[in-house]
Order: sequence, then structure tokens, then C-alpha cells
Amino acid sequence: MKTGEVPVIWLQAATCSGCSVSVLNSAHPKIAELLLQEVVPGRHINLRFQATVMAGAGEPVLEVLEEAEHSLRGQFLLIVEGAIPMAEGGSFGTLGEEPLAERAAALGRAAQAALALGTCAAFGGIFAARPNPTGCVGLGELFKAEGIATPLINLPGCPPHPDWFVGTVAAILLLGLEGLEEARLLDEYRRPKLFYGKLIHEHCPRRAYFDEGKFAKYLSDEGCLYELGCKGPITHADCPLRLWNGGVNWVIGCGAPCNGCVEPGFPDLVSPFYQKLKEA
Amino acid sequence: MGKIVIDPITRIEGHLAIEAIVEDGVVKEAKSSGTLFRGLELILQGRDPRDAPLITQRICGVCPIAHATASTFALDRAFELEGKITKNGRIVRNLILGSNFIQSHVLHFYHLAALDYVDITQVADYSGSDPGLQAVKRFLERGELGPFLPRYEGDYRLPKKLAQEAAAHYLQAFDVRRKAHEMLAIFGGKVPHTVGIVPGGATQVPTVDKITSFLWRLNEIRSFIDNVYIPDVLTIARAYPDYLEIGSGCGNLLSYGGFPQEDGWFIWGGTTSRDLNPEKLDPSKITESVRYSWYASSQDPLHPSVGLTLPHRAKEGAYSWLKAPRYDGKVHEVGPLARILVNYAEGNPKVKRLVDRALGELRAEPQALFSVMGRHLARALDCKLVADAMAEWVLELDPGGPVYTEYELPDSAHGFGLVEAPRGALGHWLSIEGKRIKHYQCVVPTTWNASPRDEEGRPGPLEQALEGTKIRDERNPFEIVRIVRSFDPCLACAVHLVRPKGREIGRFQAI
Repeated sequence: MKTGEVPVIWLQAATCSGCSVSVLNSAHPKIAELLLQEVVPGRHINLRFQATVMAGAGEPVLEVLEEAEHSLRGQFLLIVEGAIPMAEGGSFGTLGEEPLAERAAALGRAAQAALALGTCAAFGGIFAARPNPTGCVGLGELFKAEGIATPLINLPGCPPHPDWFVGTVAAILLLGLEGLEEARLLDEYRRPKLFYGKLIHEHCPRRAYFDEGKFAKYLSDEGCLYELGCKGPITHADCPLRLWNGGVNWVIGCGAPCNGCVEPGFPDLVSPFYQKLKEA
Repeated sequence: MGKIVIDPITRIEGHLAIEAIVEDGVVKEAKSSGTLFRGLELILQGRDPRDAPLITQRICGVCPIAHATASTFALDRAFELEGKITKNGRIVRNLILGSNFIQSHVLHFYHLAALDYVDITQVADYSGSDPGLQAVKRFLERGELGPFLPRYEGDYRLPKKLAQEAAAHYLQAFDVRRKAHEMLAIFGGKVPHTVGIVPGGATQVPTVDKITSFLWRLNEIRSFIDNVYIPDVLTIARAYPDYLEIGSGCGNLLSYGGFPQEDGWFIWGGTTSRDLNPEKLDPSKITESVRYSWYASSQDPLHPSVGLTLPHRAKEGAYSWLKAPRYDGKVHEVGPLARILVNYAEGNPKVKRLVDRALGELRAEPQALFSVMGRHLARALDCKLVADAMAEWVLELDPGGPVYTEYELPDSAHGFGLVEAPRGALGHWLSIEGKRIKHYQCVVPTTWNASPRDEEGRPGPLEQALEGTKIRDERNPFEIVRIVRSFDPCLACAVHLVRPKGREIGRFQAI
């Protein structure tokens, strides 16, 4: 990303749009600031395609995608939200009468870098859950199957925290993907360690209850939620420190167990959600 | 005769394509088509029923709370918890859902619909001191105009000053909807995809600091609704008076009722039509037809309680993955317009006051609400109705009091939950066997509104609203996208069951 303007194409595949809504919740910067102003000094993002907020519809906006594939080759950031439906020739999900899988592959091949936003785009997520009726996969798996070498960052979470998105975009604008690689800022799942480096359990304010063996007996009760199915001990995210929605609360703060939504095994390997983790 | 195909329809939730056959500048026939299939009901089979509110929320990231609520009501019924939910539990649930009504309605009007009416490039000439508008002006000067261009060109009618004001409100509305989500998270933990609504009640015990923090955000938002949102809808309605006439739709309206109180519902259920005669709701009158849907059936139509879903992609004449829900054998529209006018017809005093005042401002009759602008106005009034009530509900909470009632997970049970989602009537049906989900079925608002033709060939509400519409410029078919967006369609909600190519992947039979 050498110039001040970084074109961004945001493709929604098999998604609930919750990742888009979560990014709209960004507080600092606000979403309008993110769209209109410099994200880091001298660097703007230029959001050319985002179906939930963009003004246009139909043929004119499809031309934006064609343009990105051809005239912006190697110059734009691709953000994918949602899993990629692969079954039945990709016919479960289409955009402008073309399978989303083909769109994602063509754009992925042309992009300078790709960001898989949310657990569905990163690992398949909820729509790839057993029995995975539409053959959903994450973007990384699509890239692997198609032999696409474009650098990829995963930002899982159902949805991801807006700070994780903004912080990662800022890091890409400042360092470039090569810089991120060189500084070893990504973990084995290509998640930024800054946000996914520690277990929920390590920073949980209810950790003292766990250590003392004081366990909540029912939802909303005081005490550690481990016995009620909390997946905090195996979930990598900074929710207990960062908190959600302007810092007003978070899942465990609300008296409910963590459901492991950032992990590659979500939801099948972390459910039933209200059943105690098996002793490893 | 020409054909207009709009794919994708943007600024809606989900993936939608519209095909309109135009003859002499008038839409003769319209077909709406969902273009994404996900299969969530199949994914639910065999899972722990308590996981359903968390999984069904992932149907829709804009209105997850409505799915959590419908699912939880269905489980309350299945677990024999009805009448056992604490007062705090009931109110916390209502506050979480109400907060999402506000965020969904504000998002829809300003961020999904307004760009059809407001020319944001008018800010290029802005000479005032508002920092938000100055940022927009600098943005326009840079010349990279995504996501505001390309777009349909031509019919932007607001004079420059009003367009600039509306652009400032577009920016302000981002903050308002974000704060509505903060309110929600105070009692729901986080959003999208909350954890605070569960069978048995809620998980967040209310405390004085939470109540205060909620109330002051709500006060700020109520001021926006009264002083900005409703006046903006009226301003746009005055600039586009023809849109108080077009997009009228089927004329029949249905509400399930929502927000349980100690004695009944805050929003009443029922049906009405253009004559505004109210009728009581009788859920046994709901049917679903698959005559023009890609499903096989030996009998058509069927009540959802005995409904089957047998995908049949090669079926002749079919053109949609949506079924065609009907009530009492007639096409019905659901959503804020239906809620508001059903309650108006039934004489709900709070609704009557709101509607009469707004109609007075526009010098219009209630029948004018059967229109594109009518839907936007009804949505704004719905937003005020719920937000004002929440200011009373939050003060009825008992700080520190119980929100949750324990229960035993039954071996086998049935349940269904009917609620009003921001977009209208939403129902979940499930059956449990061996402590696992056996069947799960959702009939969602957009299935009603964007349904295809039924067993008698009658088009769905959205199709009827499009048919007969004059298209002034086929290259810039504003009329079509404005009509479609007035319904606030949620295609991700509506299409989540099946796979193409006619292969059966499961039988779904609701109780």
C-alpha cells in the first residue's frame, strides 16, 4: 500500500451481516471518521464496495468489482465477511448471478492482501456447522484450494470487536502485511496476537472465584461460570480487558458463559454452550 | 417491453435480486429472489435446545435479538416456564429487544434508505462550521467517492440546505444507533449476538448504576427521535409526496403483538386492512403455500404446524426459495406499518395519538400510510412508541432482584414463540426429543413480505407493491429500489433452509 488512498472491497458471502454491524459500532474512531478521514496520518481507506452501506445497486456496482479485479490488481485490500458456500458448484450464494465462491477467488487473486473478518470468513463458523448443508469454508481454505497466495489475516469473532478491525487496518496501513509478518505479530491461525494472544481465562475478573472453587449455580449467579459451560479457559481474546459496546459490558460480565466464538472450532467443538468443558 | 434486473439490491440486510417486467413504462410483473441459502434449521437438528437462542441469532446480525426472543419464548413454553418469569427477567428482555428496535429503525432510515432521497454530494458547497460536514466536504474534494458513488442519478429533490442538514443527520445517526447498542449491551452483555436472553429469564441482574446509565442514553436517543428522526421523515415525505401514493401493497396487515407486560402485550396483535376494521389474531389461520416455491407438496397450502419442506429445484413454474405465508387465505404485509395500523384500528390510545398527530402534520388520511413514505413514517412512530415506553419500563426494575428462574430440561416437548421483530411478525416452532432438537422452523417477517405467488396465483406484498408502478427512467429505476427498501427486507432471515438441485436434505415438520 504505497499511496495515501487504499481501495477497499468488502465482499459479503454467507453472512448474517453481524460483522458489518459490529464495525459500525466502532467508537474511536467512529465509523464516519473511518470512512471519511485519515485512519493513520496520510492514509485513507477508500471503501469502494460494501453492499450494506453503499449508495448504488445493480449493474453499476458490479462494475466496481470488475474494475478492482482488472485495473486495481495488486493495489486493493479485500475484506471478506461470511463463509464461502462451495457445495453444488457454489450455487447457494450468488452476487450478480455469479457464485460468491468465484467472486471471492477472483478478487482474492487480484488483491494485495485479504482480511477474513469474523469467524465465518476465517474458519467457516456457524454456517459450516454440522452437517454443513451448503459446504461452507473459510477464506483461507478457499485460497488453499484455489492455489491463491495473497497474504491473509484472520480476524475471527462472532462478531469480531470493532477495535480488532480498526487496529488491524491501522497496522496494515502503517506496516504493510510484510511488516506484520516480519514483526511476527500473527499467531498460528494468522490472528493478530495483540487481540488474540491471551486466554479469556487469564484476565477474567471472575478468575479469583475459579481459583477458590466458588462456582455460579445458575445463570446470573455470582461466581465462576465454568460449571455452567464457560469456554473462557480455551478461548483466545481480550474481551475481559477491552469490554464491548463502548466498554459498558461483556459476556461474562453479563452473567453468561463465554461461548468460544473466536475459535476455529466454533460452534461444534465449543457446544453445547451451557455444558461444562470436558476435563482435558 | 423491457426487463429491469437489479442484482444486487444493496442497503438491505442479506442478498436480494429483483426482476421487473416493464411495459410502456409501467411494471407489469415483479419477482423478488433471495440469492443466498444457508441451512440454519438443519444445523439446529440434534443440538441442545438451550443453544437455539444463540444459534438462531446468527440468522441476522441486524435483528438478532428478535430471534433470541422468539426462540426463548418457544423454549419457555417447551420448558413449562410461562408465568414463572420474574418481573425483572421480563423487563430486562423487553429492554434488550426495545434497544434493538431503536438501532434497527435508525439504521434503516438513515443508512439503508436515506441515500435514495438525499444527495450527499450537495455537501461539496457547504460553508458552515459543522465538523462532520466539513469532513464530508474534504472527503468529496479528495475525489474518491466510494461508497457514495456510483449510484442511480436524477431524482434528488431536497434543496441544498435541507440536503446538507440531512447529511449531518446521516452522520449523527451513526452515533445514535451505536448508543442504542450500548444500551442493549448494558443488559445483554454484547451485541451483535447477545447472551442475556435465555429460557427462564435473563442473565444480567439490574443494578442502580446500570439503570441510570441505560436511562441517560435513552433520554439522548429519545430527543433525537423527537427532534431529528420524525421531522426528517416528514421533511422527505413533503419533498416526495408521490411516494405517499405509490408502493401501496396488498392492503392487509398482520401483527403478532409484542413486549409482554404484567397484563397482556404492549403492542397488540391482530389484523386489519384498508377499511381499518380490526380483527383478533387467530394463529390457526396461518397457512403456507409452496405452489410457486421450489418445494414439493402433496397438499397445498398447509398450516405451519404440519408444514413440510421438501426441496424440489426442478419444479416447473416455481421461482423462489421463499414459501408464501398467508393469513385467513389472504395476502398480508407485516412490519412497523402493520403494527402501527393494527394498533390504530384496535384503538390502542398511545398509537392513536402518535398517528393522528403525524397525519395532521402531513394533512393526510390514515389510508395514505399504505405507501412507501407511510412505511417510513410508521417505522419512525414505532421507534418513538417503544423508546418512550422503555423510559417507564427501566424504572420499574427492582435493583438487585432476581432475573432468572431455574428449570429441568425435559426429555421431549414442543414449543412455539410468536413475537414482533423490528421488521414484523416472527415465529419459531420447535420440537424436542431425547433432550435434543428434533425439528426447528422459523417463519420470518421477510417471508411474509417478499413471498412469491401463492396457491391462487396472488403475488406477495412486495411484488404487489411494485406492480403497476410507473418507472420514469429505466436506467435509474429509483421507484423500484425505494419501494423495496421501504419494506426493510431481510433476505438473510428469509432464506435459510434448503439447498438447490431438488435433493431432499431433511423433512421439517413443525408441531
